[in-house]
Amino acid sequence: MTTVSFSVNGKNVRADVAPDTPLLWVVRDTLGMTGTKFGCGEGVCGACTVHVDGKPVRSCTTPVSAVAGKQITTVEAVGATAAGHAVQAAWLKHDVPQCGYCQSGQIMSATALLAKNKKPSDTEIDAAMSGNICRCGTYNQIRAAIKDAAASMHKEA
Amino acid sequence: METTINTSRRNFLKTSALAGGGLMIGFVIPGASRFAQAAVDFKPNAFLRITADNQVTVICGLSEMGQGVHTAIPMLIAEELEADWSKIKVEQSPADPAFANPFLGFQATGGSSSVRANWEPMRKAGAAAREMLIAAAADTWSANKADCHAEKGMVVHKSGKKLSYGQLAAKAATQPLPANIRLKEPKDFKIVGKGAKRLDTPPKLNGSAVFGMDVRLPGMLTAVVARSPVAGGKVASFNADKAKAMPGVKHVVQIGSGVAVVADGYWNAKKGRDALEIKWDDGAAASLSSEGIRNTFGDLVEKAGTVALTQGDTNTALAGAAKKLEAVYEVPYLAHACMEPMNFTASVKPDSVELWGSTQSPGLLQLVLSQVAGVKPEQVKVTTTLLGGGFGRRFAFDFAIDAVLTSKAVGAPVHVVFPREDDIKGHYYRPASVAKFQAALDAAGNPVATRIHAVGSSIADAGHMPYEANGLKLLKGVDGFAVEGLTEWPYATPNLQVEWTKNEPPIGVWFWRSVGHSQNIFFVEGFVDEMAVAAGKDPYEYRRALLGQNPRYKGVLELAAEKAGWGKPLPAGHARGIAVAQSFGSYTAEVAEVSVGKDGKVKIHRMVCAVDCGLTVNPDIIKRQMESSIVFGLSAALFGEITLKDGKVQQSNFHDYPVLRMNEMPKVEVHIVASTEAPGGVGEPGLPPAAPAVVNAIYAATGKRLRKLPLRMA
Ligand code: FES
Ligand code: FES
Repeated sequence: MTTVSFSVNGKNVRADVAPDTPLLWVVRDTLGMTGTKFGCGEGVCGACTVHVDGKPVRSCTTPVSAVAGKQITTVEAVGATAAGHAVQAAWLKHDVPQCGYCQSGQIMSATALLAKNKKPSDTEIDAAMSGNICRCGTYNQIRAAIKDAAASMHKEA
Repeated sequence: METTINTSRRNFLKTSALAGGGLMIGFVIPGASRFAQAAVDFKPNAFLRITADNQVTVICGLSEMGQGVHTAIPMLIAEELEADWSKIKVEQSPADPAFANPFLGFQATGGSSSVRANWEPMRKAGAAAREMLIAAAADTWSANKADCHAEKGMVVHKSGKKLSYGQLAAKAATQPLPANIRLKEPKDFKIVGKGAKRLDTPPKLNGSAVFGMDVRLPGMLTAVVARSPVAGGKVASFNADKAKAMPGVKHVVQIGSGVAVVADGYWNAKKGRDALEIKWDDGAAASLSSEGIRNTFGDLVEKAGTVALTQGDTNTALAGAAKKLEAVYEVPYLAHACMEPMNFTASVKPDSVELWGSTQSPGLLQLVLSQVAGVKPEQVKVTTTLLGGGFGRRFAFDFAIDAVLTSKAVGAPVHVVFPREDDIKGHYYRPASVAKFQAALDAAGNPVATRIHAVGSSIADAGHMPYEANGLKLLKGVDGFAVEGLTEWPYATPNLQVEWTKNEPPIGVWFWRSVGHSQNIFFVEGFVDEMAVAAGKDPYEYRRALLGQNPRYKGVLELAAEKAGWGKPLPAGHARGIAVAQSFGSYTAEVAEVSVGKDGKVKIHRMVCAVDCGLTVNPDIIKRQMESSIVFGLSAALFGEITLKDGKVQQSNFHDYPVLRMNEMPKVEVHIVASTEAPGGVGEPGLPPAAPAVVNAIYAATGKRLRKLPLRMA
């Protein structure tokens, strides 16, 4: 057991867990925030995506020891950022989710993309989003919503 | 057309006043419940709650797994209720025999049945409430009911005065049930047929939606179970010392399915499980391999099977045919790979069992788990959460049984979680199948006779089936799920015979999105394409001519071909393929546009789908469900395959059981045929034509006929 300190959605937290514990399970089980999802546990589905210092990271393969002192953002608070807000609004407008289970991860990946690229091309959307599986097949709606979110951010900018 | 339902003969509506002064109405389907122990005098199929604050809440007994039922059911009720759609809320019902699915006889969501089964009952429930609200208003005003009408959550008098449903709720609850319920004519629909927004979207955007995986209870522990890597294998012995020494591990207990390691959270439970030392007794399936199964199926398909359908004299017609055509098709076992891995939570006490989680069949769960726990069904309380995908997998009980047994053993609430690997290796597979087709064609290339013989396992007879449900029995030795899509052969053919041979390798098989149609339409539509080629005809025109007696098939075929630009020029290397199907009361046709790279890589550029699902309730949701099913079907066609070696499943996670991703996603267009027929299902019918449309397009592009999934060009 070790104690790891970092911040989640602006709040400082400490977790007393085995250092190899993935960030995902610290967030879900230790901190009790269940918005971040478990899909594969090996970094290939994207359901567990969070932001670490603004970058999209698969929390299921990130040992908590690797985020000591860093700032984590999860889906519960991503709406407070400009890109996150635009993404959630576009997701609502396009009624993107079906079952919804993958959508936390999709929203986190899309937000990270738009935060650094205000006008992503289809190829750039593919590159940023192909790590996120959706078994309900909402990919075309995700693509449309990303473009819509990008356009709305331009308007506001 | 005016539908009048006479309710006087049978007292099948019941109302009750809410404690807070409101109207609650339930609608009873006579004979809806088939379980004797569930005998209640009235069995409301759905509840509607209107409270003084104008809140209209629909309590939905059906599980929301992405298909949009938590929006579609409220739309049906709101339509007849003349409710203000912006004020509608939906709530998941507890497991209760009152919510039995009229099609299935128990509370469950599957078979694309939700709207089909509830189309009338839900509208009647809304209409009855509307009449009682009008009566309450007329009473208040001492006016004539005929001078009042309902509109957007208000009752309006011809003089212009109004009362809201909230204001009328308490009084409406005291009104007698209407003797006659008049349902609206479709032309007067204001909500049904329009694209209402989904009610479940907002919580799915900010992490607040609660899935089974997100259930958290005070004192809850998490369990990961070690199950036999070989189907049917048993624990010979185990040593828990190392597992118990792992951080956070609280208990190690043997349960029916294996050994459960119970810890303070998932990660510690998983690491504890990995540290367990178990000796397995593999049993009879230890030498099982995919190759062996294929060989067995391949031998059997050459023999005669049990006749599922026969018309004319197929064998004689085949023997005397001028032109004969023969082909053998094959599909593998498939896992569902729902995005949310299997999991369930249970709290077992001496005289009660509480369950929480993602289930498609809370009603059956209640019955099955009461037997597992040794209590009465009414002592089992089931709370259905949102489902992170179902696709048939969550019709099963294995995860809930594990949760109940583990909770019982450790005396605390337990959340059983399957790592993804356990989910993929979990033996609830779409059955593998091999089918042989033989056709005799006349001089014009039209079929004189077709014989189809399919070989595979029976879902209805599977060991996984711990209950006898309506229609889930072999009829005259044939499993309807195994031959659906074959026996409906829609092409004009004077002599037709469908045979089936049951062969059951020790592999757990189960319902998988669109069930038997998932393989059988691939077989049929691939083979019909071969017949068109043999006849020297265009595959679309050939089908169209032979579907003359089936206008709804023909309708979707023509619409899909038209919208896809069938016959129009394409970029170099691109080609189109077409396929058509009927399933779950709906008709679907799809045109795939593909190209095949020099490296043999298949690229699917565009899928055009036409659907005739009768009267449309929510066109947006219908289109999404078609697209969703297409993606599911394409994932299976391109990649899906569960294989076995030495009795063990070789796949484990998305790296070796891949599914379609964003960069592989084709453009999808869905066109709905305008129809006044009763609604058909929409959650599955988009799937069956997807794979054959692609296979037929590959043939058009390359001249290579693929008869086996997943697609391999080499
Ligand atoms: S759960 Fe982390 S990538 Fe799948
Ligand atoms: S919405 Fe169901 S997995 Fe993406």
